[in-house]
This record gives sequence, C-alpha cells and structure tokens, in this order.
Amino acid sequence: MIHTRNLPFVTTLGIFVIAYALCVLQFPNMLSTRVIGNLLTDNAFLGIAAVGMTFVILSGGIDLSIGSVIAFTSVFVAVLVGSLGVHPLIAFAAVLVISTLFGSLMGAMIRYLGIPPFVVTLAGMFLARGAAYLISTESVPISHEMIDAIQGFYFRFPGGGRLTALAMLMLLVFIVGAFIAARTRFGANVYAIGGSQQSAELMGVPVGSTTVGIYALSGFLSGLAGIAYTLYTSSGYSLATVGVELDAIAAVVIGGTLLTGGVGLVAGTFIGILIQGLIQTYIVFDGTLSSWWTKIVIGILLFVFIVLQRGIIWYSNRRLAEGRLKEI
Amino acid sequence: MSDKNSLLEARGIGKAFLGITALDGVDLTLERGEIHALLGENGAGKSTLIKILTGVYSRDHGTMRLEGAEVTPSSVAEAQGLGIGTVYQEVNLLENLTVAENLFLGRQPRRFGLIDRGEMRRRSKTLLERYGLDIDVDALLSSYSVAVRQIVAIARAVDLSGKVLVLDEPTASLDAHEVEMLFAVLRRLREEGLGIIIITHFLNQVYAVADRVTVLRNGRLVGTRKLAELPRLELISMMLGRELQHITREHQAQEETVISAAEAPIRFSGYGKRGSVAPFDLDIRPGEVVGVAGLLGSGRTETAFLLFGIDRADSGTATVDNREVALSSPEAAIASGFGFCPEERKTDGIIGDFSVADNIALAVQARQGWAKPISSREKAALAENFIKSLDIRPADADRQMKFLSGGNQQKAILARWLATEPRLLILDEPTRGIDIGAHAEILKMIEKLCADGMSLVVISSELEELTAIAHRVIVLSDRKHIAELKGDQVTADNIMQAIATRTEAA
Ligand SMILES: Nc1ncnc2c1ncn2[C@@H]1O[C@H](COP(=O)(O)OP(=O)(O)OP(=O)(O)O)[C@@H](O)[C@H]1O
Ligand SMILES: [Mg+2]
Repeated sequence: MIHTRNLPFVTTLGIFVIAYALCVLQFPNMLSTRVIGNLLTDNAFLGIAAVGMTFVILSGGIDLSIGSVIAFTSVFVAVLVGSLGVHPLIAFAAVLVISTLFGSLMGAMIRYLGIPPFVVTLAGMFLARGAAYLISTESVPISHEMIDAIQGFYFRFPGGGRLTALAMLMLLVFIVGAFIAARTRFGANVYAIGGSQQSAELMGVPVGSTTVGIYALSGFLSGLAGIAYTLYTSSGYSLATVGVELDAIAAVVIGGTLLTGGVGLVAGTFIGILIQGLIQTYIVFDGTLSSWWTKIVIGILLFVFIVLQRGIIWYSNRRLAEGRLKEI
Repeated sequence: MSDKNSLLEARGIGKAFLGITALDGVDLTLERGEIHALLGENGAGKSTLIKILTGVYSRDHGTMRLEGAEVTPSSVAEAQGLGIGTVYQEVNLLENLTVAENLFLGRQPRRFGLIDRGEMRRRSKTLLERYGLDIDVDALLSSYSVAVRQIVAIARAVDLSGKVLVLDEPTASLDAHEVEMLFAVLRRLREEGLGIIIITHFLNQVYAVADRVTVLRNGRLVGTRKLAELPRLELISMMLGRELQHITREHQAQEETVISAAEAPIRFSGYGKRGSVAPFDLDIRPGEVVGVAGLLGSGRTETAFLLFGIDRADSGTATVDNREVALSSPEAAIASGFGFCPEERKTDGIIGDFSVADNIALAVQARQGWAKPISSREKAALAENFIKSLDIRPADADRQMKFLSGGNQQKAILARWLATEPRLLILDEPTRGIDIGAHAEILKMIEKLCADGMSLVVISSELEELTAIAHRVIVLSDRKHIAELKGDQVTADNIMQAIATRTEAA
C-alpha cells in the first residue's frame, strides 16, 4: 500500500514514465543510453544544487542565492586556475569552504536574527552575484591537465552512452543526500523543523545548529554545483546561471516536496530533474520548438503539482476524520 | 543541605512578560515517587511555571534544584538531558512524521552512524505496548486521533525523562477508559520512583491519582497540601479564593412544558453520511439544550460536522422553519443561523497573532461580509462585553491571542460564536481546559442564552456537565444514535447504562 505521504512522489514517477514512453513513441531514438547519459551530464550542476534546495525546502525555508553562488564559484575557480595558475584541487577546496561559510552565515542570520529565509537569501543572491562581477565580468576560460582528465573521464554504457564524471558526481550527491535525509539524525531534524519549528524545539531538536547546517549544506552543494558547472563549460562567467535557483525549486516541487516543508523525498527531486531534462531533450529532438517551451511546460507542471498537493492534503484530512472512528 | 531527599525543588520562582507578572515567588517541591498536582484558574501561571522548570522560558527570579544540585536548564534538550521530560498543553508532536519517528526524534537507534529503522520500529512497538496501544508505528501521526497522539507524547516523555515527568493537561482529550489507562501507567511510574507533576482541571482526577497538590492563584503560591487531608470544597476555595456557586437544575422543570409544546423549527430527518454517522432524526426547539454523549470515537464530533455542514450528508433532509436547507458548507450553515465551536481550538479556532478583540469579532465579521468592516468602536464594545461576562483574563482586548493561557483562549473562541447570536449553537467540548470557576460561568451563560430562545447542541464527555444543562441527551455508540433520554431520564447513570448496554451487545 502507498502511504499518502509518498503519493506525490509516486505520481511524479508515474508522470515521468508516461511522458518518457510518449516521447519514445514519437522519437524511438530517445530510448538510448546516449540520450540518458547526456541528460544526466547536462543537468549535473542543476541536480547537485537541487539536492541542497530539497533540504532547505523540507525545513520550510527557501534559498534564492544558489544561482549566484554557482556563478561566483565558477568565476572564482576560473580566475584562480586559469589566470593565476593555482592547482585546481586547491581552488576547489577554497571555493567549497567559502560557499559553505557563506551558507552557514545565512543560516545563522535566519535563525538568530529571526529574518525570514526569503529576505536573507535574496540579499545573499545579490551579494554573491556582485562578488562574481567584482572578480571578472568577462568569460574566463580555464584549462588544466587535471580538468581535462576529469572532463575526459567516463564509463561507456552498452549502446554508446557515456556516464561522465559529472553525471557520476550528481548521482553520488543524490545518493548521499537521500541517505542524509532518511537515515541520519540531521535529516530527521530537518523534517521535524519543517513540520513545526515550535514543536521541534519543544521536543529537543537543536533547531539552531540544524538551521545553520541546512543552509551550510545548501551553500556547500551550490559551490559543488559551481565546480560542476565550471567543468561542464570549461570557463567561468559571472553572468551565467541566472535564475538557476528557480529551476532547482521547480525540480524540488515537481518532485513532490511540499513548499510548506516537512514532506518530501530527495529521490523525488531526482525525478524532477529528469522531467526537466526530458522536456529539453524532446525540444532538441523536435527541432522546431523554441527552447522557451521548456519554461512553459515546467510552469504547467508546477501548477499541476501544486493543485495535486492541495488535493492530497484535502484527501488525507478527510481520511483522518474517517480513520478516527475506526481505531477504537 | 536541607531537604536532601527532594527530587526537584523550586524556590521563589518569578517571571514577567512585557512587564506583566505571570509568576511571583512560587515554590514547588517534588518528591521521588510522588504524583503532584498543580492547580489554579485559567491564567494562574501553571503552564508558565512548567515551562520554566523544563527550560522553555528562563526565570527572572528564584532557584531550582534537582536532587540537591542547582540547575538552570536553558533549553528543552538540556532539561531532557537532566531527566525532566514534558508533555505540553498546546503543542505536542510532529504530525508530518510517523509515530516511530516522533517517539525517537533526537535519539534514534543507530547502526554504523545511520538510523536503524527496523530497530526503531521494534522499540516503538514495545514502548507503546506498555500503554496498551497496538498501532502501525510507521503510519503518520496525523492519521491518529488526539487521544492516541497524546498517549504517544506521554510515552515519549516518560521514556526520555527518567526522573521527572511533567504533564500539562494530558487528560483533556482522553475518554474515561483512556484516562484510567494513563493513570495506571502513572501509578506504575510512581512506584518506579519517578516524580510526576500533572496539571488538570478535573478535580476527580486529582483526587484519583495525585498525592499532593500545589495551588496557584494570579501567579502566586496559595499553598501545597496533602490531598488525603484536603476536603474538596477547601481545595476549590483555595483555587478560586471564594466559594463556588452551585448550578441548579430547578428551573428546568417549568421550562420543559413550554419546550415540548412548541413546534421544532430546526429538524433533521434521516440525516447521515456513509462511513461517518448512521442516519438519525433530530428536532431542535427554541431554548432547548440537546446533549450528545458517547465514548470517544462514537461519532460525536462527526455528528457536529454534519450539523454544521463541514461534512456533507449523503442522506436525509434538514429543515429550518419548514424550509429545506442544504447544509453543504459551514457558510451555508452560518447563513441558516448556525454556529459551531470546535473541539480542537488550536487547529480549528484561534488566530494567535490577532488580538483578542479581533478574534472575537471574526465570526460576526464573516457573517456580515468582509465588505462591511466592523467599526473599531463596535469591536471594542463586543470584546469588552464578553471579556467581562466570560471573565477572560487578562482583561485586555488588544493583547495578542497567543499570549493568553489555554483556558482563556477557549473562552475567547466561545465568545466569538456567542457574538453572532446564532439560533443554533453547536459546542464540542465547550468546557475542556476551562477552570472550575469559569466552568460554572459558562454553564450559567448557556442557561441564560436558552432562556433567550437560542438552541444548543452540546457535545461533552463529562456526564455531570450534560446532566446539569441538557434537556435531552442523545447517546451515540458505534456511529449510531442509539438512545434519547428526556426530562427525568437525563442522569449520568442512565447515560452510562445506555452506552454500556450497547457496547456489551456489540
Ligand atoms: N509568552 C507570553 N507572553 C505574554 N504573556 C504570557 C505569555 N505566556 C503566558 N502569559 C500570561 O501569563 C499568565 C499565565 O499564563 P499560563 O499559560 O501560565 O496560565 P495557566 O495557568 O496555564 O492557564 P490555563 O489553565 O488556561 O492553561 C497569563 O495571564 C498569560 O496571559
Ligand atoms: Mg496552561
């Protein structure tokens, strides 16, 4: 039996399977490991960032700074490695530390100054974007043997598809993220805070450190997404990835996570990413459609899912009223 | 080194909110193996004292010793660590988590650093078995009734604390059987040497389970006494600072004739909903109080939901003044002159950030439409009137609702519906969480309203309350209306009898 709380996830999965089947009916070539491999690689940075966003939304918050942090990270890494000749590993480490600290700082402000996440991360968004411009407004190319090696690394699927290092990184992040959410105390605390911060506090959940941890995690993953993006484009550009946070939010919501917090799965976000990737792939196959159709379809899907979630809440409230009678 | 034996000792506790003193020099001593009742009127400061002892609020004055050592828990987690576990009055557990997750939040069993869900499920099962609960611990907490949730909350706190267990009105939502079950557990825990503090407004329960009692009034300590040596009337006057006026049933005999002679203007026939309540007939006459009795889960609240259009009936008709009405929504019911004061005030009623006056004016405003705002003068008059007649404390119409004590919030909700002057008011557990003084006030008020021609449907698990005010009592069991008691038949014994016969037969 499907628990009502997994219903949104199951629905999303169903929609994805049906949509993919329909696409394949029209373009049989879409059912190939090549398409799947590309889809994973193309959306790797978005997927990584969306895992962080999942935790934030599960806790009832929002993080609008993601796109800017990705841009900042990519420029920062590109300048360090491309212009200053720093070793990529050192640049990666430095930028992960910075983005994690940045996230923790936002978390601390949300928790200890009582400022709503929307406001704090909006400020964070401007700050990170501004910092990226400060470093460089040009597109900075990057090349280093290690980066080339990472870019060139892949496993070959039967059928010619490639599982690239980026795709593997994203899958790893999803798996670790799912474990953190479902199997660690930190994860349980995130769900608890999303359910009701006040109740969670009264039940002894360390709300302060958990909130800081959530935004630190989101910052860290934004930094990692920025690194993935740099590897993906072989450059850093401060004007890039505008609005990626919104794509991430869309993936999370389509994946069945309630925007009000407390309910959702990391795996759902993965399906949300796949659905977005599927739409883009379809548009490429079709060849005549404008790429803006991606946005339109995602908009429609978002509406559908928000209505669906309302419906589920309504339905489970009714079930509750009936269930009460049965139990005694 | 005095009182080396005491488990928990609070001395001279003081606390003020925004300059208003909530507690002033309160002492409380809890021994090992003792059940200690904390009593007082609504707003006396009971919940505040509890919150100070359990690390939610910091105290302004006073000292606190646990097993002789001075402690100052600054968070719930710290208090838990020290051995003080709590079930709070208003906020309980997390409804978006499963039962097992709620029980083990913050202390999940782990293997290799990861939560061991199988182990958590097993332990939850055994834990709840001690409370006679055999439920699916992987189901969401929100899929269970208030009673079950409350027991889960208690199970968690007991399991966590180890030394001191604090319960703020734990029995408010439990039926007689569940209360007994809980008390059995409390007694066993007492045997094991736990110290238990319990807040309740049910004096019967205090005498049934507690050893000693501490009474607060207006934030001050009135005294601590052994219950075995304290007559009930004396306890009541300790709480109220005056004698309680008794409610009588005398006037009812004369009214009875008037009522049965009148044609019933509000009629439900064959009214019911599949899976909720079996079809029933109900006539309600002006000035009549119809009581609804039955065990928890017998269909009491569901009956109210049907009458008020929250649930839609799928059989039968409702007529008001000989015209058939479709009670398809609460709005429709309000338009027909109905009002409903729900059982769960926290989720169904109060708006914490609104002032008391705004909360009271809400239903009136909804009835006359949002296009015509109520003037602030009208609102103030309304609020002042009800604050006085229901004795809402503090008597400050502009205070935000969330800063009121639980019982006073309940009174304000009642005021909201009384303000609309409905012709039929449905009250689900109107006096739950209300102190004994206000209890009498509310019953008096109900009588006065009936004299003015209003009809009432009162759902209550307190049989004394029903017999004191109801002209007729409908008894529910298994989601069916099984009996109707009238006039002299309305006694607690007869109601019990009706419920029992049915339950045995089933
Ligand atoms: N957070 C707060 N801010 C302002 N005033 C408060 C706050 N909490 C409680 N009070 C006030 O302190 C007083 C004591 O409230 P408390 O909740 O302790 O009463 P109580 O004895 O538990 O009553 P009840 O039986 O109704 O639950 C009340 O006058 C209340 O309005
Ligand atoms: Mg209280």
